Amino acid sequence: MTMPVLELRDVSRTHGHDDALVRALDHVSLAVAAGEFVAVMGPSGSGKSTLLNLAGGLDAPSSGDVVVEGNRLGGLTRSSLAQLRRRSIGYVFQNLNLIPSLTAAENVMLPRELDGVPIRRARREALAALAEVSMADLADRFPDDMSGGQQQRVAIARAVVGDRRLILADEPTGALDSNTGEGVLRLLRTRCDSGAAAVLVTHDARHAGWADRVVFLRDGATIDETPPLDVPEALLAGGRTP
Amino acid sequence: MSVRFGLLTLLEEQPMYGYQLRQEFESTTGSTWPLNVGQVYTTLTRLERDGLVEITAEGDEAQRVYSITGAGHDEVQAWFATPVRHQSPPRDELAIKLALAVRSPGVDVRAVIQAQRTATVRALQEYTRAREAAANDLSWLLVADSLIFAAEAEVRWLDHCETRLVRHPKPSTPISDPQSVPVREAAKR
Ligand SMILES: Nc1ncnc2c1ncn2[C@@H]1O[C@H](COP(=O)(O)OP(=O)(O)O)[C@@H](O)[C@H]1O
Ligand SMILES: [Mg+2]
Repeated sequence: MTMPVLELRDVSRTHGHDDALVRALDHVSLAVAAGEFVAVMGPSGSGKSTLLNLAGGLDAPSSGDVVVEGNRLGGLTRSSLAQLRRRSIGYVFQNLNLIPSLTAAENVMLPRELDGVPIRRARREALAALAEVSMADLADRFPDDMSGGQQQRVAIARAVVGDRRLILADEPTGALDSNTGEGVLRLLRTRCDSGAAAVLVTHDARHAGWADRVVFLRDGATIDETPPLDVPEALLAGGRTP
Repeated sequence: MSVRFGLLTLLEEQPMYGYQLRQEFESTTGSTWPLNVGQVYTTLTRLERDGLVEITAEGDEAQRVYSITGAGHDEVQAWFATPVRHQSPPRDELAIKLALAVRSPGVDVRAVIQAQRTATVRALQEYTRAREAAANDLSWLLVADSLIFAAEAEVRWLDHCETRLVRHPKPSTPISDPQSVPVREAAKR
């Protein structure tokens, strides 16, 4: 197998100590290959956001290693970690994190600009990403003048802009109606089909249905995962009779 | 529902050969309901006997063309006007399995729930792929959506069962004393 885009090697994350010790993540290993779309499901408090934050380098493990495109995050300097995050990782936060003083397009451009991409090109890329989530018309609006669903789509555009190799999304469809939600899932699917790796945290089985593999978390540990899918042609014929 | 209404409805569009009906039926249901040729001809024979279809081009089985009659048309309209009846109560193997699991000593109910959750989510993945592959066929999309919604509902119900389980831990001695059973039965009456 070629090098995974994301690898968690026996990763644990604890908070507090002694009697107040919380094992947010407990010896989790997970590899996500290029082109692979993995969904993570589990009850509230099972460690889903912790897993995603560790994968994106926003948090550091208490033990174990997080490796993104061959780089062990724990071994990187602050600035190379920041650069890797800007270049390779797209992140959709549970609470969006859009910058209120920037328009939709500027929010989406920001990581590219920080990375030294010329402004005109960054804007062109941002508009393309916004178009992919049907937000091209609102490119010059500020977050406060948008609905929750529209803000969510901007956050998604920001995560997929440019050539992100790893897309991490924490419940990215929360404020979206079911059609727009489907659109976002289809977008993630398309990105993976053209070579990106994605990890989607969701409580919605219908969204997990878009993934190649679904991993189940409970109490900070992976307890099960779906077996690999066959070719699409297996279709319904082999399914259960309702 | 019976195959009968499926074939009749297809004949509303245009007269067809038996094999054609079979093909159309299967493509409409996304192959979730495969028919064999024998079933198709048996059904057509009955429909003809009941005056709901007529043969408009004679020949051996494969050459016959079937058309819908006025009575057949009325039958189809009545079918669409009548809601599908749900069996009451439906016999749901999964619900019964869990109902038994919670009272069976030595059964890890959460493991039963998780095994089902994994299997159902896996089915959802397959249905989702199948639906994307057939994105231009409306009939097919509706059938695929129905499978997806049903599977999603099952997963939500499983999550719910797990929450219930936390609130109502499994009793350690679930089987009642055999002698008390008749008493309880009597009390119910
Ligand atoms: N900063 C923190 N301090 C203490 N406990 C935390 C912290 N962050 C997360 N936790 C705990 O870790 C567990 C996993 O949290 P989280 O990853 O947010 O779960 P999920 O996203 O699945 O709801 C929870 O029990 C949560 O309370
Ligand atoms: Mg969370």
